[in-house]
Amino acid sequence: MVSSSTPAGAHGDPTRRDFLMVASGAMGAVGAAATAWPFINNLNPAADTLALASVEVNVSSLQVGQAITVKWRGKPVFIRRRTADEVKAAAAVKTSELPDPQADSARVKKDKAEWLVLVGVCTHLGCVPMGNKSGDLKGNFGGWFCPCHGSHYDTSGRIRKGPAPKNLEVPPYQFVSDTLVRIG
Amino acid sequence: MASQHGTPPVFSNKLVAWIDHRLPIFSYIEKEYHTFPMPRNVNYFWNFGAIATILLVLMIATGVVLATNYTAHVDFAFQSVERIDRDVAQGWLIRDLHMNGASFFFIAVYIHMFRGLYYGSYKAPRELLWILGVVILLLLMATAFMGYVLPWGQMSFWGATVITNLFSAIPVVGPSIVEWLWGGFAVENPTLNRFFALHYLLPFVIVGVVALHVVALHQHGSNNPLGIDPKGPQDTVPFHPYLTMKDGFGVMVFLLVFCAFVFFAPDYLGHPDNYVKADPLVTPPHIVPEWYFLPFYAILRAVPDKLGGVIAMFAAIAVLFILPWLDTSRVKSCTFRPIYKWFVFVLLIDCVILGFCGANPAEGFWVPLSQVATAYYFFHFLILLPVLGKIERPLPLPHSIADAVLKKKAG
Repeated sequence: MVSSSTPAGAHGDPTRRDFLMVASGAMGAVGAAATAWPFINNLNPAADTLALASVEVNVSSLQVGQAITVKWRGKPVFIRRRTADEVKAAAAVKTSELPDPQADSARVKKDKAEWLVLVGVCTHLGCVPMGNKSGDLKGNFGGWFCPCHGSHYDTSGRIRKGPAPKNLEVPPYQFVSDTLVRIG
Repeated sequence: MASQHGTPPVFSNKLVAWIDHRLPIFSYIEKEYHTFPMPRNVNYFWNFGAIATILLVLMIATGVVLATNYTAHVDFAFQSVERIDRDVAQGWLIRDLHMNGASFFFIAVYIHMFRGLYYGSYKAPRELLWILGVVILLLLMATAFMGYVLPWGQMSFWGATVITNLFSAIPVVGPSIVEWLWGGFAVENPTLNRFFALHYLLPFVIVGVVALHVVALHQHGSNNPLGIDPKGPQDTVPFHPYLTMKDGFGVMVFLLVFCAFVFFAPDYLGHPDNYVKADPLVTPPHIVPEWYFLPFYAILRAVPDKLGGVIAMFAAIAVLFILPWLDTSRVKSCTFRPIYKWFVFVLLIDCVILGFCGANPAEGFWVPLSQVATAYYFFHFLILLPVLGKIERPLPLPHSIADAVLKKKAG
């Protein structure tokens, strides 16, 4: 206990001054953080960028086996009208064998298994995979091949081989009619 | 040590004396760049600090001039750079100086660093000096990367995309961080704008850290090829005129080579794809960073896992921060380390091999080769360096710098 000869607050007993130091220090830290926040948040996407723009794509001219690339939110989106064989190949894969397990049926709209819509950005480091144009390399699994670091995607856009950790992303989209797709 | 050359200077010019009494800039220059004692045996590898400083000044000067004609907007950036090349008076020269200046800055810095590695310049009491140097390297890399994005060519765009996507490897918050870096959902106009702002800012931050680097250097003075401390005036020469002349000569020779590139092969170190305007929908089949990033790029690709590769790449630089404590040998200079001296060259060759791996597509034998070279890089720093310091038997050190230098002259 504090002996009568030592001043109050010695030996680790908090004094009023200690309390004020800690309290004002804490307030200062909160203030600094509150001041820093606008500067940090300022770099986030602006409201006009955030406004989730959607694009409508007429896919009536797309033949079976063909694919097109459209731009949505600054990124390429692949729309591929798959052949029956490609759909079969995608459905036949055991999901347990995949690095990022997902059934083909979960990546297409019901009764629209022919149509595959994907964000055309490799999930590794963001390159645009090849395979959407006729004559492109399609990789070992008949889907897409990313030339940057050698990721192979299958006919469902799922990662099969290479450094990419995830399947190609399926963007939010819907069929407005049989030939009109709205992405976003 | 810095004070061994005695009393503060007396200035005969009255104005200089008046100013110096109030703002001691003349005393400072006198002390740090005139009478400052340098070991009398430093060789030409000690030029590269001065060379790098000259290049920093050159980069800022050319950069400010370029900025007066550059437009940081995705629709105009590429055009404005082409206009600088073709229409702006001497624009081609300023741009080629800036573009090649970046490459030669890295050449100077890498030689400067290997000098430090070979002669043990990072050891006590110069650990913070070394660490500040690594900080400068990181700032330099960030500045160079953002500068390369500004011309908005295909390599600019896809380099920016790949490098910013590195951060998406961070679990949970990665994707949010990447969107924060971009200011959008892809590399777009906000990204270009902020890269320009930061590319203009960071060189001045580098100037600040360089100033600290020099303060730390002048605290204990320069290391030297023998790695032993000067014991008195017989071991040193004043910075001016001995080192100003020697540095000046080295700078001239270096600039000669630099100018050969600027005037006769300005695009040799660049990539032709960057003269194609950025197209967010088409990735060039083979994208590579600038040559000075190739070893780190090879390390990134050597690890067959996204997060692992990113960690390995950053670790390749992070390991340099703890280098002073990884080296357990008490002898600084490799002149007296009969085994380790060869391993410094092996490390150099390893880095060159990594460079070639980074330049080639990640397929065939390049993949295992880059994996072996990456493993060796970390083996050198994390295992070889600590262990060798314990088991290696260094050669006997000379008594003093003067002793060694004069004996060599006599014999």
